Amino acid sequence: MIEIFQNYGSDLLYGFGQTILCSVIALFFALILGSIFAILEVMPNKLLQKISKIYIEIFRNIPLLVITMIFYVVVPMYFVKISGFVAGTIGLTLYSSAFIAETVRAGILSVDKGQMEGALSNGLTFKQSMRYIVLPQAFKYVIPPLGNQFVNLIKNSSILAFVAGFDLMYEGNVIAADSLKSISTYMCIGVLYLIITLPLSYYMQHLERKLS
Amino acid sequence: MPMIEFKNVQKYYNNFHALKDINLTINDGETVVLIGPSGSGKSTLIRTINGLEDIQSGQLIVNGYDLLDKKTDINKIRKDVGMVFQHFNLYANKTILENIMLAPKIVLHREDEENKRIAMELLEKVGLASQANKYPSQLSGGQQQRIAIARSLAMKPKCLLFDEPTSALDPEMIGDVLKVMKEIAEDSSMTMVVVTHEMGFAREVANRVVFMDQGTILEDDSTEAFFKHPKNERASQFLNKIISHED
Ligand SMILES: Nc1ncnc2c1ncn2[C@@H]1O[C@H](COP(=O)(O)OP(=O)(O)O)[C@@H](O)[C@H]1O
Ligand SMILES: [Mg+2]
Repeated sequence: MIEIFQNYGSDLLYGFGQTILCSVIALFFALILGSIFAILEVMPNKLLQKISKIYIEIFRNIPLLVITMIFYVVVPMYFVKISGFVAGTIGLTLYSSAFIAETVRAGILSVDKGQMEGALSNGLTFKQSMRYIVLPQAFKYVIPPLGNQFVNLIKNSSILAFVAGFDLMYEGNVIAADSLKSISTYMCIGVLYLIITLPLSYYMQHLERKLS
Repeated sequence: MPMIEFKNVQKYYNNFHALKDINLTINDGETVVLIGPSGSGKSTLIRTINGLEDIQSGQLIVNGYDLLDKKTDINKIRKDVGMVFQHFNLYANKTILENIMLAPKIVLHREDEENKRIAMELLEKVGLASQANKYPSQLSGGQQQRIAIARSLAMKPKCLLFDEPTSALDPEMIGDVLKVMKEIAEDSSMTMVVVTHEMGFAREVANRVVFMDQGTILEDDSTEAFFKHPKNERASQFLNKIISHED
């Protein structure tokens, strides 16, 4: 394993960086998209509810690889050329946003209905009630499952390897083929993923304890 | 001037007919107590007034706004019509002071200094000024309910709705809440609609008593006439039952 690190250090580091970059971008946008669709789904407007339900069901029930391939193969055919990294990051964002939406929605629904009713009858609009009262309370319920979603997202970023995204997994495949040492290569890759996901897991657990 | 006017109002929960042809007028400054057995539609009726429940037909005018008119901005009604719930519904993520100051700040854009002064005055009024920086969960039910009333009053409403405000309270807490409600009722400009089983309160404070059963208003009478002798048979039975229960 040490040998792999010595000989292919810069490739591994590059892949490691790409994986983090893709994860951070996807996490940021998936969180925003997921929260938006979660809120749309609990709005009183039936049409918005329907739209968000369809979005969530589509992206939750198609394999990540298929979503990514659509962006990698189909989009460049008809629209613009995008790199494997971009296609993979978009695919990962959309896919994860559907799961995050479900998580956030569950969090919103676990806030006592009386909180929203209290706020509305106090004169706040639906939006203000959400922003000042319901969402801050939902946040508490959402932290633990959201932590799992984040870890899943990072692991799922290995999808980039399929579309030449030059991420950790992709570099791993290249190094394994080049060095003919698949076992130690993939062990190195595993360790590098752990370096990202374990601290995140611990941080989320810490946050959960602090909030409760 | 009517503050609230129901005309042939029908309300359904899917296929269930919850309010049947409701006709009811409540004038500015009146205090009306709404009674009836559990499941008769009291909560449903009072919640239609501030749009927490929608109605399917008829006409409902509150503070001059038609609730079935699509152009009506429901928030304009809610600004002037406060509500106090059985389970208080204080903001769990805010302190007592923040609970009272939030809506005046973001809905009425009241200046911080004035906002705080008014909030503290209200806390004095309900006897809980010393609790200002606590969270709702740190207070007893009776205290929480008085805070909920103060929160509604901070909006300087024209009308207050109470849905069984003392039903979730320990008996020794009820008196303090009723006392605050009586003080509000004495202000002749405030319109109050109160769902309650507290007949002592009704007798003392209400101008009128409305009796409901199975989604229908069976009796709407002056307080005096109602307690002397309810005209409706079921109202009479109901009254006997809760009064004997109180002793
Ligand atoms: N959200 C709802 N969906 C369906 N039925 C409801 C709902 N809320 C109340 N009901 C029904 O409407 C009737 C009146 O309820 P409610 O207004 O709560 O009565 P009360 O406050 O007088 O006890 C009851 O039969 C109740 O089961
Ligand atoms: Mg009720």
